[in-house]
Order: sequence, then structure tokens, then C-alpha cells
Amino acid sequence: MYELSVSQLVDGLCNGDFSSVELTQCFVDRMQKYSDLNAFITKLGERAILQASNADKLIKEKKHGPLTGLPIAHKDIFCMYGVKTSCGSKMLDNFSAPYNATIVEKLDQAGCVVLGKTNMDEFAMGSSNENSFYGLVKNPWNTDCVPGGSSGGSAAAVAARIVPLATGTDTGGSIRQPAALCGVTGLKPTYGRVSRYGMIAYASSLDQGGPFGKSAEDCAHMLQAMAGFDEKDSTSLDKAVPDYKQSLNGSVKDKVIGVPEEYFSEGLSADVKSVIEDAIKWYEQQGCEIKSINLPNTNLAIPAYYVIAPAECSSNLSRFDGVRYGYRCEDPKDLHDLYDRSRSEAFGDEVKRRIMIGTYALSSGYYDAYYLKAQQIRRLISEDFRKAFKQVDVILSPTTPEPAFKIGEKTADPVTMYLSDIYTISINLAGLPAMSLPCGFSRGLPIGMQLIGNYFEEDKLLNFAHQYQLDTDWHKNIPKNFK
Amino acid sequence: MPISPEEVLKIANLARLQIKQDEVEQYATDLSSIINLVEQMNEVDTKDILPMAHPLDVTQRLREDRVTEENQRNKFQSIAPSVEKGLYLVPKVIE
Repeated sequence: MYELSVSQLVDGLCNGDFSSVELTQCFVDRMQKYSDLNAFITKLGERAILQASNADKLIKEKKHGPLTGLPIAHKDIFCMYGVKTSCGSKMLDNFSAPYNATIVEKLDQAGCVVLGKTNMDEFAMGSSNENSFYGLVKNPWNTDCVPGGSSGGSAAAVAARIVPLATGTDTGGSIRQPAALCGVTGLKPTYGRVSRYGMIAYASSLDQGGPFGKSAEDCAHMLQAMAGFDEKDSTSLDKAVPDYKQSLNGSVKDKVIGVPEEYFSEGLSADVKSVIEDAIKWYEQQGCEIKSINLPNTNLAIPAYYVIAPAECSSNLSRFDGVRYGYRCEDPKDLHDLYDRSRSEAFGDEVKRRIMIGTYALSSGYYDAYYLKAQQIRRLISEDFRKAFKQVDVILSPTTPEPAFKIGEKTADPVTMYLSDIYTISINLAGLPAMSLPCGFSRGLPIGMQLIGNYFEEDKLLNFAHQYQLDTDWHKNIPKNFK
Repeated sequence: MPISPEEVLKIANLARLQIKQDEVEQYATDLSSIINLVEQMNEVDTKDILPMAHPLDVTQRLREDRVTEENQRNKFQSIAPSVEKGLYLVPKVIE
């Protein structure tokens, strides 16, 4: 059952081939069996079985929704009413959310059964899931390696077939990079496509929630339920949501694919390069025109991001003050001590580093040199993409410069970790939609290709990805120890 | 431009973070390394380029000035560290 696609599972439930309770129990058992991966912070097995039993009633009464009875997992960054929502941090270890995030609400309405909250880098800051208060997550393909981050738990859970679908968030690559390292499909929507209400904020102008699945088709199901205008999110954009499942179909013949020269330079490892070139050849064989394009300001994306994101995070994380919720230090001497120690005792090192960089960049005398400059570079990067999309339908690139790295390999110097975001980060700065899907292996580790689309063209991306997945089976591989 | 240990303490104070004496050196090194990365931005001249705060240059959506939230104080205070008579308790601020 864990190998079936979302479409097959939904049909199976509706036709009575199996019940949601049976299906949910199967995944709950796998969640227990593979506890060592540490993909979950909170397991909701019992609650899930109750939800499943209600789902079965609805299906019997023919009152079900599009995803009724389907087990999913939520990244622990999404507020879930009455459930611990930790954001991977000691700061919220005692926090039980008093409301549902909009996407949690929407997926509830669609009928999903929630198996648990997945592990993540603390406050979404990280590219390896090594920054979690709850310990690191292991990559199911090789447990000495990282699953990627910050949505490492969700990616690992889908890869290990513990859940068919999981939610994630992406600020600098945190859906796409773990999807690539774990051999699953993940999509970051256009900024404003999916509501951020109830999604704990890291960098407000960059954050976007999105789906993880075994395939583009699976992701389409989840995105359909997640996308849409939300009054409660003032950055949510009021644009009609297409039928993503419909858009999967259709030939890509005669479409134009842009390949950015700057993404194929020295930083890219030979094994990834070769596998991506094979993927490009596949599209060419389908009748696509392959066009070399330039994104000249690519190398400025990481510097600009590591000003903008920390700056926004320093503001967003100022709400964690030990006063109204979350961690409070013992015996504060005075208010200053309350703030200082509550925050310092409960935030991890990476979070503190980014808050401090942000504070520095926004402080008097430095604002122009850093923050303003970064915002100008952001405009240049967006312009590069706008120009490119005048000539091409989608852009194809590697998702990461190399496959999953070993645990502990990049933790000595923070900058080393930052450099692994090189292909994903520009996309968040520009606010464009992008996805990662598996397209090969190297030394037993999956490799992902990235497809980047123009604003609100998630349907085009899903189409390109689905056509590839109809003809290839990289995405069907299951890690050896999880079959 | 590297960040000195004194600056680390100044920034920490602004950010309401407490950095222990034996950690200051490491933070200075790490933050300097990040600032070094960030200063690559100076490679390009951005004179006359309009800064971009939002990916689609959208401005803040406004709504009617009408009360739409109900008062849920008790519910929200049920998870607070310390409350009394509807007030959040903190150490004395005014001497």
C-alpha cells in the first residue's frame, strides 16, 4: 500500500478496496518501525486512527472530500490547534498552538489524516536538519548522510514511504534541496500562492509553504488543496487556482527550456552534471528546444540572501521574549535578564548567528551598505529571470551542487553550509515557483533536477515534471532498507 | 570588514541575546566569516537601482476598519508562563 500513488490511494479508499483505518495503520506502523530516522518530532498515531475512522464514515456516506482518509505529515512549522508546534526549537518545546494554520485547515477540509509533525532545522534555518533541538534526521538512502534541510523530516518521511504526502516550507531552498537529497519530488510555489497564516515566520518576503510527494502527480493533489487566496495573510495574492491535476497532461513538444550557463560552472560536481545533461537530452528527444541562457547576477544571490533573510528573521524572532508563550528562563532578575536569558537559553547557535547578522545589517550606519544594497541586488536578480522568461517556458538546472553530504561534514564553518544553496536561493529572492524531482543516482545517493517557472506557472512546472516521470522511473525507487 | 568581540557584545545587546564570555571569540569569527561572504555584494555597482522589498512589488493590501476578531484572551493566556487577572507577569520594570 505504501507504494501506491495518491490517485491510486484515493481511488482505493473510494472504491472500498481498503479502509482509511487500514491504510493509516499501515503508515503508523511504518512511522514506528523507522523511528531511528528521527523524521518526526511528534507522532500522532492514535489521533490519526480516530481521524481515519471518521474518514471511513464520510466515505461510506459519500460525503468525502478530494483527499478524505489520506495520511499526511506536517512540517512542525505549521500551527496545529491543540498540538505541540515546536518549529524544531527549545523555544517552542512547550508550545501547543491555539489555532490552525490556514494550510492545516485546508488539508483538514480536504479530508487528510495527520500522522505527525515532522522534524526540521530550528526556525527553518539550515540545509541539513542538523540544527534541530530534537536531533538530526538521517537520510533513508544512507543513514550516515543528511536528508537536507530545513524540511529534512518531511523529505525523509516521504522517501522512506512513511507518508505519501508531507508539507514543507522553502525560504532559500528548504523544500527543493531536501527533495533532491532524498530522491522525492518537492515544489515551492510562487510567493503569495499559498497562505502563510499560521506558518511560523522566518523571512516574511521569502517564505512559502509547499508539498512533498513521490511524484509531481502526488504533489499536484496536495498543492490543489493548499493553494488559494487567504484574507488572513496580507501577502496572499488573489489569483485563481488552476486544476493542477488537469495540467499534468499535455505534450511538452516545441516548448523552450532555458539552461543557465552560470549554474554549470566549477562548483557543480561531475556526477550531478552528467545526470542533469541526460535529463536535458530527454526533453530534447521529446521535441523541446534547449536554449542556453544567462542569469548574470547568480553569484550575488547568496550574499544578498544572507543579509535579507537574517534581517527579516531578526525582526520575526523578536516576538520570542519569554512573556506570552514559549520558553521562559528561571528566576529572571529583571526584564532585560528575562529577554536575554530566555532567548539565549532557548535558541540554538545558527538561529543566534542569523539574528545577530540581521541585527547588524539593520543597525544604524550599516542599513544602506547591507540591507538596502541587498534589496537592490534582489531587483537585479529578478530582472535576470524576467528577461529569461521572455525567451523560454521553463528553466532547468541542478537542484544542488552535489548529492547528500555526510553528517557533520559542513558544520565547522557556517558559510560552507550556506554555499550548498547556490542553485535554489535566487528563486526565493525573485519569488518564482520551482520544483525538484529525482533524475538519477550517484554512489547510491539520489540527484534532483530543478525546474523553475514564471510567476504562477506551477501548472507548467507540474506538466514538465509529470511528462518526464511518465517515461522514467527514478522517482519510483525506494531506499533499500525501507522496502 | 571583520566583526570584533566588542561589536559582538553590542549586537547581542541590541538583539536581546546573552553571549557568554567564552563564546564571544567564536561568534566574532563566525559573524566575520558571514560578513565577508556578504561583502561580495560590492562587486556590482547598484547606483540608481530601485530596492525590491517584495518579489512582485505588491503593496500592502488594506481592509475595512471594522472589528473582526473576537476577544480570546483566556484561551491565548492558557499557554503563558505567568499570568494574573488577565495580565502577563514579568519582573518589575519601574523602580
